[in-house]
Parts: sequence; C-alpha cells; structure tokens
Amino acid sequence: MAADKKPRSPMAAPRSFLWSRRIFLTLLTGFVLLPVYVMVSSSLKPLADVSGKFRWIPSGLTLRPYLDIWRTVPLADYFVNSLIVAGAATACSLVVAVFAAYAVSRHAFRGRRVFTVTVLSTQMFPGILFLLPLFLLYVDIGNATGIALFGSRGGLILTYLTFSLPFSVWMLIGYFDGVPRDLDEAAKVDGCGPLGALLRVVVPAAVPGIVAVGVYAFMTAWGEVLFASVMTTDTTRTLAVGLQGYATQNDVYWNQVMAASLVVSVPVVAGFLLLQRYLVTGLTAGAVK
Amino acid sequence: MRIIRAAAVGAVTLSLVLTAAACGGGSPADGSGSGGGKTLTYWASNQGASLEVDKKVLRPELDRFEKETGIKVELEVIPWSDLLNRILTAATSGQGPDVLNIGNTWSASLQSTGALLPWDAKNFEAIGGKDRFVASALGSTGAPGQDPAAVPLYSMAYALYYNKKMFQDAGIAKPPATWDELIADGKKLSGDGKSALGVEGGNLAENIHQVFVLGKQHGADFFTPDGKADFTSDGAVAAVKQYVDLMAAHKIVAPGNAEYAQNQSLADFAKDRTAMVLWQTPGTTFQAQGMNPDEWGVAPAPVISGTPGRGTGTNSMVAGINLAVFKNTKNREGALKFVKFMTGDTEQKTLNHAYGSIPPVTSAQQDPAFDTPTVTVLKQTLATSAAALPQVPEESQFETVVGTAVKELFADAAAGRPVTTESVRAELDKAQQQMPKK
Amino acid sequence: MTTTAIEKPPGRTGQRHAPGAAPRRRRPGRLRARGLPYLLLLPALLLELLVHLVPMLIGIVMSFKELTQFFIRDWTAAPWAGPDNYAVSLDLDAPVGEALLKSFLTTCLFTFCSVGLCWLLGTAAALFMQEAFRGRGLLRALFLVPYALPVYAAVITWAFMFQRDNGLVNHVLHDQLGIGDGPAFWLIGDNAFVTLLVVSVWKGWPFAFLVLMAGLQNIPREVYEAAALDGAGTWRQVRHVTLPSLRPVNQVLVLVLFLWTFNDFNTPFVLFGKAAPASADLISLHIYQSSFQTWNFGTGSAMSVLLLLFLLAVTGAYLLLTTRSPRERKAAGGR
Repeated sequence: MAADKKPRSPMAAPRSFLWSRRIFLTLLTGFVLLPVYVMVSSSLKPLADVSGKFRWIPSGLTLRPYLDIWRTVPLADYFVNSLIVAGAATACSLVVAVFAAYAVSRHAFRGRRVFTVTVLSTQMFPGILFLLPLFLLYVDIGNATGIALFGSRGGLILTYLTFSLPFSVWMLIGYFDGVPRDLDEAAKVDGCGPLGALLRVVVPAAVPGIVAVGVYAFMTAWGEVLFASVMTTDTTRTLAVGLQGYATQNDVYWNQVMAASLVVSVPVVAGFLLLQRYLVTGLTAGAVK
Repeated sequence: MRIIRAAAVGAVTLSLVLTAAACGGGSPADGSGSGGGKTLTYWASNQGASLEVDKKVLRPELDRFEKETGIKVELEVIPWSDLLNRILTAATSGQGPDVLNIGNTWSASLQSTGALLPWDAKNFEAIGGKDRFVASALGSTGAPGQDPAAVPLYSMAYALYYNKKMFQDAGIAKPPATWDELIADGKKLSGDGKSALGVEGGNLAENIHQVFVLGKQHGADFFTPDGKADFTSDGAVAAVKQYVDLMAAHKIVAPGNAEYAQNQSLADFAKDRTAMVLWQTPGTTFQAQGMNPDEWGVAPAPVISGTPGRGTGTNSMVAGINLAVFKNTKNREGALKFVKFMTGDTEQKTLNHAYGSIPPVTSAQQDPAFDTPTVTVLKQTLATSAAALPQVPEESQFETVVGTAVKELFADAAAGRPVTTESVRAELDKAQQQMPKK
Repeated sequence: MTTTAIEKPPGRTGQRHAPGAAPRRRRPGRLRARGLPYLLLLPALLLELLVHLVPMLIGIVMSFKELTQFFIRDWTAAPWAGPDNYAVSLDLDAPVGEALLKSFLTTCLFTFCSVGLCWLLGTAAALFMQEAFRGRGLLRALFLVPYALPVYAAVITWAFMFQRDNGLVNHVLHDQLGIGDGPAFWLIGDNAFVTLLVVSVWKGWPFAFLVLMAGLQNIPREVYEAAALDGAGTWRQVRHVTLPSLRPVNQVLVLVLFLWTFNDFNTPFVLFGKAAPASADLISLHIYQSSFQTWNFGTGSAMSVLLLLFLLAVTGAYLLLTTRSPRERKAAGGR
C-alpha cells in the first residue's frame, strides 16, 4: 500500500501517546461498529424478536430475512438502478469536472474568479429551494423536446452529476495545480495540443485525485433521498428510496431493512476498500489548495 | 498506448451516458402524455403487506381489465412516504398518471388544486351512478356542495382490538363500550410491565384521526362551517386533552408510546404487552408478529356515553382510499372505464377481501365474505357512527400542525410534565396560527 | 504507473507560473487559445445553469408568489405576493417567524457542534494513525464504513437503537449501567438534539478523517526531524508542526462540512419523520414542513432564499477571514 510508506517519527513516541492512542482508537472503533453490529444481529432475527427488547446475543437465529428481502421489495432492480445512476453520474461528473478544472488551473481567462465563486456557491443551495423548480423544468424540457428527464434514470443522472460537480471541480483544481507545469509544456513541445497535454500528461498524473473525486461523486449519488423520492418511478427507483419499502403502512420489517442494507452495502464497501489506497494519496493535493 | 486507451474509455463513457440521458435510460416516463387510447397509468397506494404483495393482488385484475376492454394498464404501487409528494409534483407539472389512489382525507385538499377530474352527474353516470356507493364513504370525497374529486374504492373504520387472554386474566368479561369503562378496565390491565392501551404518539395522521373523533364526541369540529380553522374551542381542547390524558392522567398508556411512529404499538399488542389498540384493519400485522387470529377480539371503539351513533356518538373516522382521475388525462374515456371496472361488484369483492377492507359499494357489501365478526363491526361502524374528517382544502395543513401539537403534548406527558387545559390550549393556539391566513 | 504524482516535489511548482503568463507566450493560435478555456468550462457551466442556477432563479421568483395549493397547477399564474412571504418568515412575533428563528438557531448550534466534533474526531484519528502499527490498515478500512453505508440504512439503524423501550442505547445506559431514574427518550423531547448530533457525527467524521489523513502525508518529514532536533517531543510536534501545517486542508474541510451539515435533510428526516421534535428541528426539515407538507411553496421558497443569503454571507466572511493573501501564501508555500 502506497500509503503505508510513512515517514517514521524521528523520536520514539512516549508512553502517554501510545496509551492515549490505544484508548482513543478502541473507543472510536466501538462507536463506528456499534450500529454495524446492531444491523448484523438484527438481520438474523425473526421479526417478532427484532421488534422486542434489545439483546446483545440474539437467541433464535434465522437466515429467513436474507431470503425475504428479495420478495418484499424488488431489491435487485433498485440495486441495479442505483448502480447505473451513481456510476453514470460519477463518470460524467469526472469528465466534466476534469475539463473545467483544467481550464481554471492552466488558463488565465476573464471570468475565472466568477466561475470558481459561482461553482462554490451552488453548494449552498438548500435542496428544497430547487426541488420543485427543477422538477418543473425537467417536465417542460420533456414536453418541449420529448427527452424524458423526469422519472427516468437520465434525469436523475443529470441531477446527481451536477450535485457533485462543484466540489469535484474545486478539488480537481487543487490536484491539477499540483502537477508540475513543466510536464505539459514538455508535452506541448512534443506536438500535443492543450487537450493532448491534458489527457496524456495531467490526467494520468492526477489519477489518485480523480479516483478520490470519483468516490465522493459516487457516494453523493448513492445516498441521495429527497430528489430520488420525487423523480423516480417504480422502474427507476434507487436504493436510497427503495429501502424505505420495508416500512409499509402497517408493518416495519426491521430485520429485512437491516439485511437488505447489509447486502447492498457489501459491494460498495468492497469497492471502497479496493480504491482506498488511491484515495489516501489522492485527497491530499486537492485539499491543500 | 495507455493514454490513447484512457482517452477512448473516457469518450465511450461520456457518449454512453449522454445516450442514457437522452433516451431516459431506456425507461421513459409513461405519463398521461403517451396515453393514447390503448394504455392507462395507474398509481396505486400501498394497501397490502408490501409493494410486491400489492402488485401480485392487482396485476391479475388489471390483466382482466385489459382482456375486457383492450386497454393496457401500467401499474405503479407508490409507498405512502412518497405518495402525496408525487401527487403534488404531478399536479404542479401536469405530468402524472391517468388514474390514481388518494387517501380519502386528502380529497378536499387535492380538489382545491383543480388537478383532479370532478365527478359530475355525467361522469357518475358513466360508472353506474352515485347511489351505488355507501353514503358515509361519499362524504369523504371532497368539499360539500362541490362535485366530488374522487370516488370511494376501499373503506375502513376504526375499532377496538383487544387481547382476549389479557382481558381474561384481568377478570374483564366484555370489552369496554365507553371511555370511563375503558379507563376502569385499563387500570386493571396495567402494571407488571404491561399497559392497557397502545397509541402512536409520534404519528401525526394517527393523532389526528383520534382527536378528530374525540372532538366529535365533545361536539366540536376543528373547522367552522365556513371552513375557518377553529382549533381552540372548548370541545377541541377537551378532546385533545382527553386523548393525551390517557397517558398523562390515567396512566393506562405506557409513556414509551409517545415516540411510537412505526407501528410499534401493534408489535406490543401482538406480544401481549398491550391489551388494546384502536386501529383500522391491523390483522395481517398481528399475524406477521406471530399472533393467532383467535387471540384477539374486535369491538366498536368507545364513546363518552350511550351507544355509537351520529354526532356525539361518533366513534370512528371514515377511513379509506379513493380513486381519482387526473384531469390532464389524454384518455378520459378509458379512465372512466377503468374506474367503472374497479368499482364494479366483482372487483370490489375481490380487492376489498384481499386487503381486509370494506367495499364502499352497497351491492358488494352484501357478499358473505364480508359477514365475519370483525368486518361486521367495521361495516356497522361505517354505516352508523363514522364521520368524515373535515372536507376543507386546508386538511393537510390541519393534519400537520395539529398532529404535531398532539405529538408534542404526548412528549410532555411522557416526560412527566403536566398537561393542563391551558397547556393544551396554548399548543393548539400555536398550531392554529400556523394555518394559512384567509 | 502513477509514480509521477507521488514523486512530485513538495514545493508548489504550479505556483511559480503566475496566471496569465501562459497565453502570452504562445502568439500563434491566440484566438483559439483564448476560446479554449471557455470551451472546457462549457459543459460544467451548462449543467450548473440547468440544474442549479435556473431552478434557483425560478425558486426566487416563486418566493414572491402566493403559491399555495390553489395555484400550484400553473404556478406562473399565481398571484404576486410581493414581500409577504418574507414578511411572514421574518415576523418574529408571530408563530411562523418565531419557529423559523428557533429552528435557525437550533441549526446553528447543531452545525457548530457537529462540525466541531467531526473535525476533532477526524484530526485525532488521523494523528494517532499517522504512524504505522499492527492493524492500522484494517482500522482505516473500518473507519470508512459509515461513509459507505446508504444514508437511510445507517440512520434507520440509529433510530432503532435509540428507541426508548427496546433500543440498545437505553439497554446499555439504563438496564446495564443504571444511569438515570428511568429509561430516557431519545427521539422526542430535549434529548433528540443529542441523538441527532451523535448520528450526524457518526456519519460525518470519516470524511474529515480521510481528508486530514491525506493532508498529513503532505507534511515533509524533514520538518519533523528539525523539530525533533530542537528537542520537541511527540505532543509538541503535533502542536507546533502538524496542526499548523494542516491549516489549508482545514480551511476547505471545515467549510464543506459546515455547508453539508447546515443543509442536511436526510438525517433528521429519517430519524424523526415529518415532524422533528423542537429541540432538533433543523432548518431544512422545517422548510420542508412549511412547503411540501403544508402546500405553501411560496413561503417555503422565501425561507430557502433567506437561508441561502445567510450561507452566502457566512461563506464569504469565512473565506475572507481565512484565506491569506496570495503573497502570504507564496511565502508559506516556499518553505
């Protein structure tokens, strides 16, 4: 792991430091894992037990919830929807953000400051302010052009990619600034245009940063609830909203909510862990900006 | 090579995604726009144990409709958490289904948006006439004096569900018929980690349903006849206080119920921890929680004195689901056909039986399937002693602000703070001031 | 083959090229070069315009309209309300304005606590995990789990744990440790604030941890060595070397956490449902209640605009106060 080649501190750490570290990290691990434990143990109980008094050690273990989750709610469909939406939003967001960040990082142009400030300010819009207008806009565009933005995955992709765009651009400017300019100048001498320099030199050099931004964009789209609840239909519903299907008018299938959450999280966490080493080397440059 | 490949991958991804955006990810929204003569979009509310159960119940019926009329129905079952927002956005944008389910308490509110097709005489005629429907159910389809905004589809009523064994153990022979009896029985039933009555103190709609009925029993409405909010009348204050006092003063409701909003009271009931709940059709939930149908009994919900009836004898709201046609539909004729189909005797029997509700259509009610003891109680209640929630445009706001006020009062009661007539009136006054000015 | 990035010199090479130097150098194709940055920005601009700016403008227009249920079918035809929606929102003597102000103050306090705790936990964890030790990789992976779980799943699990009668929290505090007179309420009443804070910190700190952990790796080893030669122990190194070096990272991190936390809707909504208890009535949920649930989109929009103005002001002030002038930054960068 690239991240593990750390500078060893020149002085041995004192006892107090080691002890505080041990205590602190133990407590923190407990805090982080507590809900995860509850999820795992609850997902293995029959419904009647889950809605009863909490017990550390579950008594009647069952795997039933893991079978039932697929019948109560079309979980697999929701999962696929979420994957498509979040994946496409991430890919698009990255492409758009890379171009924009490159422009800001490498070119002086009129309106540069205005652009960065505007981009930053979109992070402040309360979602409620533009949920309804955005919906109206999508419907109008749909009526005018026949492109179905509302109710489709496309509309959601478009929305989410824009959600993560500001922070992505912002972080990528930082990463690109960190890539020595001599490299793209050299590429230009070799006959590359500015785009060639971007694609052949700057992007490869900033891969860690791009991965970091990608993870952020993915998680933004993966977890969003408010817009998804209004802008999706039966066939396009995402997980973030779809998981609520385990709570119906009269019943809340707690054990199934937990089981389903775990099942859908495993691939994400796994992917996350695979990308983790890039993330650690990646986030630095952007944040230093 | 690597660079070229990276560029290629980037280009391919971008074009893929743009295509996806352009063609809507392969699943265009079949709104009313694409209706034509051959398809209808139907938004169903979640009535069964899960969305998937609903689809299983409805799909064969919709297929039958298609066979009869050649009209294909696109079904979407919408969870309650999203239904009202979806309807609102549909109303705002004009992009919605052709036919949809609405909670019957929303009728007047949605009517005022003008997004739903009014049921004038001609439209009623197309589905077999207004007099097919039970009167009380029709009372919850829109503001009085206007053409209804919807027609009744499923009806439900509140009743008292009680745990037979706990009653037996406490030496109580029959379920309480008045609130005084309920409180007296409640004291016998409470204790030893058990409590007498379960409530959902954190559930706004549930709070409204209960205090509305109690208001009726105190001779109070929450709106004046000309539709102005009137939350602070003596009757309204007394009703809210009486409901909260079940926990605050009489202690027959466990304090923990103040935070219930996920139907925990039903789970408590199924686990013999609570002896009674006032609810509409909780049978499937009890069974899912491991209770046998012969372990609980059903009785009419209590009144202050005498027997259930009109006026102060009211012991339930008219609960239920209405069927509405979206005004923007491109296929009004097909939509009316579909409504006629869904309110026909056959479908009414099948669907209401599947959902444990009562048909709001008189002729369908005669079916022996609706003669079980439970259904008889509900049928009786609906016919004689149920009242519709205020049919005013501000009903949704009423549910939100007064429901929240009751929730706050329960929180006070649970924390041991006193709940007095003054504190109740103050909460209700605050709620009333949040209502839109007229 | 990402070594180029890792081996980049610690000094900020990019800084040496003052903006504006590059285009001047290339005289041929000047027009193209001038157009290029705009072309590159175009997709981002269009998207921001479509999804953020235009809807926001519509939202601002809506805030001046009487957009209740009677008019939502055609919002453009709704009557103008002038400043009425703002007057209602800002009338602090009336319940609506009073509730909004209270919700706003609650949100400020909540954001302050949540961002502070997220930052503190993130910093502490990043510092403690700077040195390699056995199991560090595993811990780092574990700490990212809250960030990867779907929001709904994570928050509903916390709500499950915070139930009064059946939840884990009271089981531990009351049944096992015997704290308090009776089991406490966590989802209603005054404790709801604490509940919200715990959940929000649990969900938010891993992001701070990630960013700070990355930031720590940028501090050159020589700086520590120099400090050690001067006789500074571990704790002093942390205080005098590590924390000051993290300043630029913190500037961005704190701002982003602030904006996210302040606008957070999902956490309180999943935790408390449609009506949050007064002690945890965050502004986003409050506005949702004032618009979607009460069908009064004009007032809801007005409240949102007010919120937007506040956030703009705070962010502007924050950036002015924390950003050093370019000259200063150059001096700091040229360590």
